[in-house]
Amino acid sequence: MNVFTVSIQQGLLYTLLALGVYITFRILNTPDLTADGSYALGLAVSGVLSAQGHPLLGLLLAALAGVLAGCITGFLQTKAGIHPVLAGILTMFGLQSVNLFVMGAPNISLLNSPTVFSLVQKLLPGVPLPVLRMALPAVFAVVSILLLQWFFSTQLGLSIRATGSNEDMVRASSINVDAVKMVGFALGNGLVALTGALIAQYQGSADLNAGIGTVTIGLASLIIGEVICGRRGLFIGLVSALVGAVGYRLILGAALQLNVPAHAFKLLSAVIIGVALSLPALKKAYLFQKAKRGGGGHA
Amino acid sequence: MLNIINASKTFQPGTPNQHTALDDLCLQLQNGEFVTVIGTNGAGKSTLFNAICGTFFLDKGAITLDETDITFLPEHKRALKIGRVFQDPMKGTAPDMTVRENLAIAYARTHRKALQTALRKQDIELFRTQLATFGMGLEDRMGTKVGLLSGGQRQAVSLLMCTIATPKLLLLDEHTAALDPAAAEKVMEITRQLVAQKKLTTLMITHNINQALQTGTRTIMMSGGKIILDIGEAERKGLTVPALLEMYAGRGASPLDTDRVLFAE
Ligand SMILES: Nc1ncnc2c1ncn2[C@@H]1O[C@H](COP(=O)(O)OP(=O)(O)OP(=O)(O)O)[C@@H](O)[C@H]1O
Ligand SMILES: [Mg+2]
Repeated sequence: MNVFTVSIQQGLLYTLLALGVYITFRILNTPDLTADGSYALGLAVSGVLSAQGHPLLGLLLAALAGVLAGCITGFLQTKAGIHPVLAGILTMFGLQSVNLFVMGAPNISLLNSPTVFSLVQKLLPGVPLPVLRMALPAVFAVVSILLLQWFFSTQLGLSIRATGSNEDMVRASSINVDAVKMVGFALGNGLVALTGALIAQYQGSADLNAGIGTVTIGLASLIIGEVICGRRGLFIGLVSALVGAVGYRLILGAALQLNVPAHAFKLLSAVIIGVALSLPALKKAYLFQKAKRGGGGHA
Repeated sequence: MLNIINASKTFQPGTPNQHTALDDLCLQLQNGEFVTVIGTNGAGKSTLFNAICGTFFLDKGAITLDETDITFLPEHKRALKIGRVFQDPMKGTAPDMTVRENLAIAYARTHRKALQTALRKQDIELFRTQLATFGMGLEDRMGTKVGLLSGGQRQAVSLLMCTIATPKLLLLDEHTAALDPAAAEKVMEITRQLVAQKKLTTLMITHNINQALQTGTRTIMMSGGKIILDIGEAERKGLTVPALLEMYAGRGASPLDTDRVLFAE
């Protein structure tokens, strides 16, 4: 299979991860490190249920499990008063045991199990598998973006956005800030877990180690998207999650083409993220230098 | 309407920094009263507001609002009936959201439905007409992020947010102190207009004693976590700043910041 095609397929699936990270990092304005754990949790739940012949139920319960994981992080932060970063790390750490317990083994194969892809293929026998593996992720990505766009215009959604901007104002508007944060973390981690669930079925295997670095991948995608689309408003933000997730996969795909060895991928990812994160600062420095050299030439 | 009975609050008890910010304080407000609050820095004025809003719970005493005991009600639940504007224009609004989104969040307390569209057409119309009465041109900037507005404009938006779902009680904590004189006067004008229009029961902290005596219906003075003067409507008429200072000195409390008082004419 063409690396380019595979990158786009995966990027579309990872859009859900980038959206989840967007909700916690950008909208709630809180670093949430639960994602490594909730991604693997989704992977585990979806893997086990697919192996038993229930791929759709697997997706649903995986998302719910992610919601639960998000609630735990939210609870630790709001009610237990634990620092957001530590709260996420704690949940993620605890989930490693939970995930192993759910799967019963570090990895399982789904090669002969039904998946959401094989189910849809049965429904639409005329459609070739590669098209399906592109179309289905695209549907998931676009529907998620549209649903989130709607959600964040509702009273609850607007409260979540306001909480990331000024908690005091939200409380003064008679809204329970703790509950609102909880919903934000639940939603974010539900999306992350759903990503893990879809990836397991897409790849035909569930490997718990795949959860490592999920936060980083999500952040990298988000930042790449923002570099390309700019940071303007909610809808552009949601779209930039998609653009960034696909962009990140394409960059990795290109590296693969250039024969970068697979064990160097983590370093490569770290470099990409480092560069992407420093782009705004680099841009500012560049513009500053330009203005200085211009010396008021165009006033 | 508001009844505070023997409210006490000590911060950091049992440490060398122990500080009694509210000392057995009693205060009663009648419906529709507009009371101005004066007192030196650290007198406990903001602490009184924090106690009313539920930022912390009292060590001792009770607070009832409209016959309901709110002493142990969490902050966000009290906010359903209490509007508060702070000195810092940054505090009352969400800077990354537009004027109408801020107003929508504040207004939603009248019709709470989690998954209902926050910005209904009729709401936007209401916001527009209300903003128009301020005469600041804000009705044409409803799509602007609040963070891009001036301090005075932000305070005007904060005031509308606190009053758009008519509160039982309005608390103003030096809400014009961070503004330039023109903006301060404008925000005071809007305040008087809103309070009169909605017949709001109001407490307003100010360091401008002239303003305190001329605004509202009653003035109280705080010192050391107590109310040391309570001047009703009749007594207040014709009371001058020097006469007030004399009354104040008579109470033997810590000296008032007279420079600030006299220059605040
Ligand atoms: N959360 C807190 N923890 C410890 N001490 C506090 C706290 N809040 C207030 N205080 C103390 O209580 C006293 C009263 O403070 P408060 O803010 O009520 O004064 P104020 O009358 O509003 O003064 P100002 O005119 O300067 O605003 C001060 O000495 C302050 O240091
Ligand atoms: Mg104060």
